[in-house]
Amino acid sequence: MKKVYGSAAEALDGVLQDGMTIAAGGFGLCGIPELLIDAIVDSGVKDLTVASNNCGVDGFGLGKLLDTKQIKKMMSSYVGENAEFMRQYLSGELELEFNPQGTLAERMRSGGCGIPGFYTKTGVGTVIAEGKEHKDFDGETYILERGIFADLSIVKAWKADTTGNAVFRKTARNFNPPAAMCGKICIMEVEEIVEPGTLDGDHIHLPGIYVHRIIKGEHEKRIEQRTVRTREDA
Amino acid sequence: MPWDRNQMAERAAQELEDGMYVNLGIGIPTLVANYVGDKDITLQSENGMLGMGPFPFEGDEDPDLINAGKQTITELRRTSYFDSATSFGMIRGGKIAAAILGAMEVSEKGDLANWMIPGKLVKGMGGAMDLVAGVGRVIVIMDHTNKHGDSKLLKECSLPLTGQGVVDRIITNLGVLDVTHKGLHIQELAPDVTRDDMIAATEAKIV
Repeated sequence: MKKVYGSAAEALDGVLQDGMTIAAGGFGLCGIPELLIDAIVDSGVKDLTVASNNCGVDGFGLGKLLDTKQIKKMMSSYVGENAEFMRQYLSGELELEFNPQGTLAERMRSGGCGIPGFYTKTGVGTVIAEGKEHKDFDGETYILERGIFADLSIVKAWKADTTGNAVFRKTARNFNPPAAMCGKICIMEVEEIVEPGTLDGDHIHLPGIYVHRIIKGEHEKRIEQRTVRTREDA
Repeated sequence: MPWDRNQMAERAAQELEDGMYVNLGIGIPTLVANYVGDKDITLQSENGMLGMGPFPFEGDEDPDLINAGKQTITELRRTSYFDSATSFGMIRGGKIAAAILGAMEVSEKGDLANWMIPGKLVKGMGGAMDLVAGVGRVIVIMDHTNKHGDSKLLKECSLPLTGQGVVDRIITNLGVLDVTHKGLHIQELAPDVTRDDMIAATEAKIV
């Protein structure tokens, strides 16, 4: 089965629908599926629910889908770096469901593993626990959180072979594997596509079974907070 | 003299023991890394890394290598990388020995508020709720009072909570306090700070 597509628009062809739920990989601007986001902007699809740890920055990453008002609801843990996000949220145009970061990651992983819910201590006694089932195990209280079953996953890896076996680079892995797992269809963009057998099977981070379509492209990889030390400090 | 932020960080570094895996929050907690000395401490960054190194030299920044504050960092020889679900698995699973975090308010029962001020822009809790619920020991570093001079150690937190009954130890500019089931217990006073000074600056019950 052919998984490699020529462009992000080609890979998204026939997949996008108004009102769908998309799980996106990335942390801040690190490891985000830049090319697929751009193609979703171009498609004009709307009323999207997007599960992603952050929502990009103004004019970059998922921030582009805010500018075009294609997102109806975000499921995120932190949305600090985005003025347009705040404007739409405060004016009521955009729905926001805060998730503790680990709960969001586990909700994606669980969805991908066929687990509709799990109990966690995270958020007990806080606003996050309101309206959720509480249950005691061994004298400790936990809350029920739901697995996320997305219609589409958009993720970014460093390299993949043509069967979708993927490796990530450094902290750009972050939410990409759990986001990839929880979608009915997963589209992955990579910096390099290689032939099967090139990547060591013992070193695969995400097996190709989770990846349905692959595209290769150039990534801007913008840095959000450039922090350095001077050589004199060493 | 009360401690300054570097002295608070230096005091917090004494909490860390050789061999610990530790998560440091943003702000003063980040400074703790400067005072671990010869101790073998592995820093976790919850976006998916154990063994966090210092900031890179100018020109060596790597967009694929950032910490949880989205700052460019470096790796060490011992570094390992993993995905966010695995990262919070080790946090939730109690594998991280301690987290050192900043706070807006702490209650005498160990409740922590550090993620949201109603009426102000809400940015989100990030990984803070997961960390305080999961790690072995939660140590807070913060100023004892806010800019109006009001105690940040309260009978009850007024702000939305990050976690309930999660704080073990509080290090402020005035000293070190432990959360006990009876109230806060003074462990240590900063130089020239008296027990009466500490009590006068604290709304929470001190035992």
